[in-house]
Amino acid sequence: MATAISARRAEDTKPTQPKISTRNLNVYYGQFHALKKVNLDILPNRITALIGPSGCGKSTFLRCLNRMNDLIEGARVEGSVLLDGEDINDSRTDVVALRRRVGMVFQQPNPFPMSIYDNVAYGPRIHGIRRRSMLNEIVERSLRQAALWDEVKDKLRQSALALSGGQQQRLCIARVLAVEPEVLLMDEPASALDPTATFRIEELMQDLKERYTIVIVTHNMQQAARVSQYTGFFFKGELYEFGETAKIFTNPDRPETEDYIRGRFG
Amino acid sequence: MKVSPLHERWRRFKNVAALTLAGVCAVVVMAPVFIILAYLVANGIRSVNLEFLSSLPKPPGEVGGGMANAIVGSFYMVGLGLLISLPIGVGAGVYLAEFGNTRFGYAVRFMADVLNGVPSIVIGISVWALLVVPMRSFSALAGGVALSFIMIPMIARTTEEMVRAVPNSLRMASLSVGATYARTMWSVVLPAARGGIVTGVMLALARAFGEAAPLLFTALGNRFWNFYLDRPMANLPTQIYEYAKSPYQDWHRQAWAAALVLITIVLVLNVVARVSTRERFRALR
Repeated sequence: MATAISARRAEDTKPTQPKISTRNLNVYYGQFHALKKVNLDILPNRITALIGPSGCGKSTFLRCLNRMNDLIEGARVEGSVLLDGEDINDSRTDVVALRRRVGMVFQQPNPFPMSIYDNVAYGPRIHGIRRRSMLNEIVERSLRQAALWDEVKDKLRQSALALSGGQQQRLCIARVLAVEPEVLLMDEPASALDPTATFRIEELMQDLKERYTIVIVTHNMQQAARVSQYTGFFFKGELYEFGETAKIFTNPDRPETEDYIRGRFG
Repeated sequence: MKVSPLHERWRRFKNVAALTLAGVCAVVVMAPVFIILAYLVANGIRSVNLEFLSSLPKPPGEVGGGMANAIVGSFYMVGLGLLISLPIGVGAGVYLAEFGNTRFGYAVRFMADVLNGVPSIVIGISVWALLVVPMRSFSALAGGVALSFIMIPMIARTTEEMVRAVPNSLRMASLSVGATYARTMWSVVLPAARGGIVTGVMLALARAFGEAAPLLFTALGNRFWNFYLDRPMANLPTQIYEYAKSPYQDWHRQAWAAALVLITIVLVLNVVARVSTRERFRALR
């Protein structure tokens, strides 16, 4: 009962301060203008879905939020991305610290070729946690949060590569959660998984949004409608429309949005 | 269309002949290894005994003695070469794989390939001019450095290939939990590439063990024990060379034995390299 009330309260009281806001965000890959003047506010403890046809810039946008675009040759980012009001594109930003606050889950499960335990303990270890008991605690907590603990608790020393695809993806989520980020970026996290595994990931996201701000890129319209509270529609590098998911999916303002979600293109 | 039986038979004959020829060529490829091994075993096996493996050479003319100092010396200098070439080779390989798509990277890669092709006698002379002349002495150090020149390009190029083969998604995963690039290399990429790098290092070691030319003008050889870096050191290849061209019957016998010991070391290293490669691919599957 208590949890139901607190859950409703989280839904009802709309947070006033955005966790992340972008202002006039432009990205170029060489001559190609991949993202055009995107202004978007992402609210804390909400799931924001980004949809749009392939090549529309939604993954590019996602990568701007923890500066993964730095790693792409020829990519140039203009404009500002404010995380709690501070510009992460500032030259003084510590990129390593930023990525600890803004974690990322990728399309293909990408566990390290190590044991399950070492995968989850990787982040805490590189940030200086050495104490065995503390690591054990973090590993268990992260695996529980990722709804994987019961399946792997007896084989933590086994190779992560022996897990199924869906388990691997939840392991990757646990690995990110282990460093206690504030924001979770998910780039089509379920597109390589079967329906059962997809369902589990979606369930997991609902649990996680109590504590994290989640941004998910997805090609699956039903998924966006199911899991998110806010939806942004990207098209040809522009943010065409942004609003509450219910509105976007039932009564969008722009005809392009409607065409896309009705499956008329993309 | 009718084909005459004679033509049919001629065609079959050609087919069989071509297959046989290819098979014979394949056997001929293996033959030298077996001939060498058989020859060495036939001539050397009786002389590989405890005395040979554990004692110093006797003065010229006396029968008996062994090559313990040369065996240890070979391991010593190859080990020294490894100590130098492993960090440099792996470091350069990582650089080439991660940041090597620049003009500087292409230059480094090209130079590594050139160094790999430099005749080993030239490496010997160069290190002689570089170290032996200024130090005024042949030395184990010069020998180790000469061997490292052989191993560095081999290790660098294998490391590059293996690090390149590590999927980019692993780098992304590590960076996205807040790891630095250096940490990502050290804790994720290099461990993932370890199997392949070990194989490359084994093959480089095998090559270094067998090289006589780089040691002729650098380590020189020594009839006594030496563990100092700045003094001449015995080693198997130059000892074989010296004994084989000597006028003494007993030294010829020992040269065969030394050759057998040397090729055994090289073979073991090669086999270990192959087996570890196979293990690695099994793990991937």
